[in-house]
Amino acid sequence: MVRLQLRHDVSPALNFALPLAAVVFTLVLCSSLIRIAGASVVDAYGVMLSAAFGDTYAITETLVRATPMIFTGLAVAVAFRAKFWNIGAEGQLLSGAVLSCMVGAINMPGGIAIALMFVAGFAGGAVTALIPAVLRLKFKVDDVVSSLLLNSVVLYGLMALIEGPWKDSLSGYPISPPIQDSANFPVFIEGTRLHLGVLAAFIAAPIVWFVIARTVFGFKIRATGENPEAARFGGIDTRRVIFTTALLSGGLAGLAGVCQVGGVHYQVMAEISPGYGYSGIVIAMLARLNPLGVVPAAIFLSAVMVGADAMSRATGVPAFIGQVVQGVAMISMLVALLLTQYRVQFRKAAT
Amino acid sequence: MNAVLEQIFQVGFLAAIVRIATPLTLATLGEMISERSGVLNLGIEGIMLISAMTGFMGAYYSGDLWVGIVVAALTGAVFAALHATLTVLLGVSQHVCGIGITLLCTGLAYFFFRLSFTDSSHPATVQSFETIPIPGLASIPVLGPALFNQFALTYLTALLVPVMAYALYRTPWGLNLRMAGENPRAADAAGVNVMATRFLAVTLGGALMGIAGAFLTMAQFNTFTFGVISGRGWIAIALVVFGRWDPWRCAGAALLFACVDALQLRLQAAGVSHIPYEAFLALPFVFTIVAMAFMSRDAAAPPALLRPFRKEER
Repeated sequence: MVRLQLRHDVSPALNFALPLAAVVFTLVLCSSLIRIAGASVVDAYGVMLSAAFGDTYAITETLVRATPMIFTGLAVAVAFRAKFWNIGAEGQLLSGAVLSCMVGAINMPGGIAIALMFVAGFAGGAVTALIPAVLRLKFKVDDVVSSLLLNSVVLYGLMALIEGPWKDSLSGYPISPPIQDSANFPVFIEGTRLHLGVLAAFIAAPIVWFVIARTVFGFKIRATGENPEAARFGGIDTRRVIFTTALLSGGLAGLAGVCQVGGVHYQVMAEISPGYGYSGIVIAMLARLNPLGVVPAAIFLSAVMVGADAMSRATGVPAFIGQVVQGVAMISMLVALLLTQYRVQFRKAAT
Repeated sequence: MNAVLEQIFQVGFLAAIVRIATPLTLATLGEMISERSGVLNLGIEGIMLISAMTGFMGAYYSGDLWVGIVVAALTGAVFAALHATLTVLLGVSQHVCGIGITLLCTGLAYFFFRLSFTDSSHPATVQSFETIPIPGLASIPVLGPALFNQFALTYLTALLVPVMAYALYRTPWGLNLRMAGENPRAADAAGVNVMATRFLAVTLGGALMGIAGAFLTMAQFNTFTFGVISGRGWIAIALVVFGRWDPWRCAGAALLFACVDALQLRLQAAGVSHIPYEAFLALPFVFTIVAMAFMSRDAAAPPALLRPFRKEER
């Protein structure tokens, strides 16, 4: 019989060591997959490492790929802090992408276009996240299921757009018309894709951290999440907090879509997000819902993805190992989190 | 409109509804039994996918489709048991863990499939299940060929609905299971081993999800593709809510959805629709979300859903 005993004092060392142990455990477990695929583990991880961090270009690619995941990670972290279970970052990302693409296609001066793309993307994500929030507050609908189902609704909406009115009439490809050249995000280093959105993500993380950790609003979010009854008793309008948190969370996820449109694809297609919304959940968990931790967690997952692609080309190990890493990392992190809170005891069932 | 009506009253159309409903019913029942015991399993999408893959491989290498079905059921049970270990025994957050299971299973399924079949230009196929006409009944006009000339798994699924309803409402096992999902504390006081009950329910549910996945690769289609599940797991989550956690209603919900899906496929093929087909695909999701808003007042969901049970915590 397994028994869990609540730890009363969690040592800071444990707090730090267990997430790290989760990552190490993940990499060890996945090295067995590399072995099964018939490649040398050292070589494979070597290829991964150099593909993700080997030179300037590799580092920029890792950062570009991390950018949408920083935003979705922040989105999930903020929402989960208030115990608003937003599983819908994927759909909110897509909404943000669609709206920012619409705005980006309008002919106007570059600076204004880019600013408006951010605004439109944030609004698109925020409105999408508002639906599960309103359903929960007004109709007591479970936010986990509603936000999850909305992902599919938004995806089909996007498909209808790119296979309908947006469809490229010349090639017949299901893609949107490109945004204006002037709306393409500026690139910081010539020859790379290190675009404006990357900077935005790196600025967003500390801002979100500040909001959560140091402002009254952040305090309300944490209070609502940790003990809603006490929060209400203390005079916090928890419904309002959930509402605002949903707007913020959805908006952040929407920005992930903006970065994909403005900095990477310059248009919308079905493959605009290979599950970045779901990766956001993994990242938020790895970061223990700390906005500052989201950045390294996102870079870690991004490095795994970039590295897995290269490893696949070099050694023939299927690149899907990147997805396995995400799953294992998330599950082992959940267990690690549990172990920081509880002491596991094995004893015989007392009957 | 005439074209639409013509499409509906065709044997092939009715048969297609039943065929599409089969995996959905299996998956929905699997999710329902898990949720009835108090555990939401968002791993369903991944569990269906990896079972579809292992089932296909089992059938491909053994040459026997039923071996594939057994392999798929076992695969589903194993990954559901992993979900149960984490959420029931350790009590970690169910939805986060479920998403993790889906990511893990998806990754593993793609990884091992690509490893086994490196040549993607010539997809491996199996000789898929053939339909078995039931003597006598199959010769009833229209309904006969539609309902009684189906796959063996479809008949078994149809049988499973009353069996599960009976087990859930009329046996001590079912009572314990429902108690574990409604009031685990009371169940525990009454001597029910809540953890074991939940663990078993989740694992059994996983086996059903596994068979649902395998039906797709071995009956509905004859090969494994990366998009073979394409959201059917999420649909099952929706159908459980729509079916109000009841076996009969869940099966009904699956049939209703299959009806919309079959109609959508027909309209798309006939090219008569001015509505984008995506609207039909999104319909069950929208429908469920709206339905949840109206239903939630009379609390059909198991009250202890998503709540881990820890004996020593009050």
